[in-house]
Amino acid sequence: MSHNTIVNLGPFHPLQEEAEFYQLYVDGETVVDVDVRISYNHRGIEKLDESKTFDQVPFVIERVCGICSASHPLAYIQAVEEIARVDVPERSLYLRTIVNELERLHSHLLWVGLAGHFLGYNTVFMWAWKYREPVMDVLETATGSRVNYANAKIGGSRRDISDEQLRNIDKVVTELHRPLDMLTKAVLDDPVLHARLKGVGILSPEDARAYGATGPTARGSGRPIDVRKDDPYAAYDRVDWNVVCVPEGDVFAKAVVRLLECFEAIKIIRQCIKQIRPGEIDAKVEAIPPGEGVGHVEAPRGETFHYVRSDGSNRPVRHKIRAPSYTNIPTFKASCIGQQIADVAITLASVDPCYSCTERMCRVVDATTRVPIYRFADLVKLSQAKTQRMRRS
Amino acid sequence: MSVTQPGIDTPLTGFVGEVLEALGDLVVDIEQCGPRRGIARIDPARTIEAAQKMSAMEGSRLATATGIDVRDGIDVLYHWAFEPQGAVVTLKVLAARPDLAVDSVATVIPAANWIEREMHDLLGANFRNHPDMRRLILDDSWPEGVYPLRKSFDQVADRPPLPPNQSPPDVDLNAKRQGRS
Repeated sequence: MSHNTIVNLGPFHPLQEEAEFYQLYVDGETVVDVDVRISYNHRGIEKLDESKTFDQVPFVIERVCGICSASHPLAYIQAVEEIARVDVPERSLYLRTIVNELERLHSHLLWVGLAGHFLGYNTVFMWAWKYREPVMDVLETATGSRVNYANAKIGGSRRDISDEQLRNIDKVVTELHRPLDMLTKAVLDDPVLHARLKGVGILSPEDARAYGATGPTARGSGRPIDVRKDDPYAAYDRVDWNVVCVPEGDVFAKAVVRLLECFEAIKIIRQCIKQIRPGEIDAKVEAIPPGEGVGHVEAPRGETFHYVRSDGSNRPVRHKIRAPSYTNIPTFKASCIGQQIADVAITLASVDPCYSCTERMCRVVDATTRVPIYRFADLVKLSQAKTQRMRRS
Repeated sequence: MSVTQPGIDTPLTGFVGEVLEALGDLVVDIEQCGPRRGIARIDPARTIEAAQKMSAMEGSRLATATGIDVRDGIDVLYHWAFEPQGAVVTLKVLAARPDLAVDSVATVIPAANWIEREMHDLLGANFRNHPDMRRLILDDSWPEGVYPLRKSFDQVADRPPLPPNQSPPDVDLNAKRQGRS
């Protein structure tokens, strides 16, 4: 019997950083269509930037996302540096790389924790967030803030990182290697997680390309695209590292990509600390000439894309920001359809969207009678119960 | 490499040059052609043909699009990224006044779906034959015909008043409060 039901997910949840609203059209337990509504927190930052000077804009746009607060300003700065043809000092390139990789490390650990929570593995949640904490601490000692680092500026870096701090960063990320190894093995060797995540929410490479998916979402679908490798910026072409790419396209593949990328991040940070030489960190930038520039940076979730147009005044005429989730969220149209409801929470979480929903506002409503059936908390419980069942059997 | 179009004096070089050359006479002007970045203006009547050619190219991906309010209308910029070459080729189309319309490429490449809806919301550009032109960015209570990203829109003075607060029809807040006390 066709039971025409709409499942509302969202739009607000305190766990997640942005508001998005999903309507799942379900037939029994199977999802037949997905509709996404975004922009509940649209802050008009692109418009706001047109009223700020070129130097003020980075402070605004690092507030685009609390987690990608190094990637967004860097993409913008690279776009402006392209217009003004600035040669950034070598030491600054390394400083940018170190901060961006620390950011990736803490973001991926955050995701692993949240994914664990959605599946009912709260130990994974506790572990991942515990190991994330030292990364946040070194970011604070190195840049002055746990989020919104304000580290990069047009022409270089605002603040140098001392040798003592560099040694401290090296020590912390080296110590992180062992617990991360343990966490990775615990996740990848767990037969229940294999059963729960393999073959779930598959995104084919063709769909990933058609929807323009980037970052771990694309690399988990066998598309080895990574701005750090393809269009190297900062010091990524000066260190040795690998693009992690897994062909399966399911949630498990995306988890593998993120976990293995943490090791690559550690590798990059340690090489940067070894190679970095004393020197200038800031090039003198006069006026920004008229022109158009494109800057893209591999943020933890994927490519963040910035376009800047200058008319020769001290303010940008247009500044376009495209965050990675904007291209990754539409892939749900391809990956969620045909899934069971209990698998949707983790499939939606698998692209690490800034996605959210609250226990107060999220309800599964019968399409004809509008009678509530499930709340979001019930859906998480449903997902956790499925794991429990599998673990027992 | 030779220049394909008379009147275009920017020399075509490198990978970006190959991409622009493959587009042939779709390109009406080349503004920038560097090793990894290119900007070209294309014929507005042949937007779909350009998108088909670009999406058929090896390694192409539609990164996003940008809409800019300019004197003659809305400039729509499609940013195509190429991997592993690491190039970004920007194709400009002018949605000219008064109807501000160009053909939608969302039917060719699904990645254009959301961004075209966004440009429609914020700038008032019209995309012909778009499969799903509902609002994406603006709230349902936002007045019709007010475009916040236009240059003429002032963030403070032109901001429409907020809609009144509404409770969902099936929730009686008073009954809920009494029940708790």
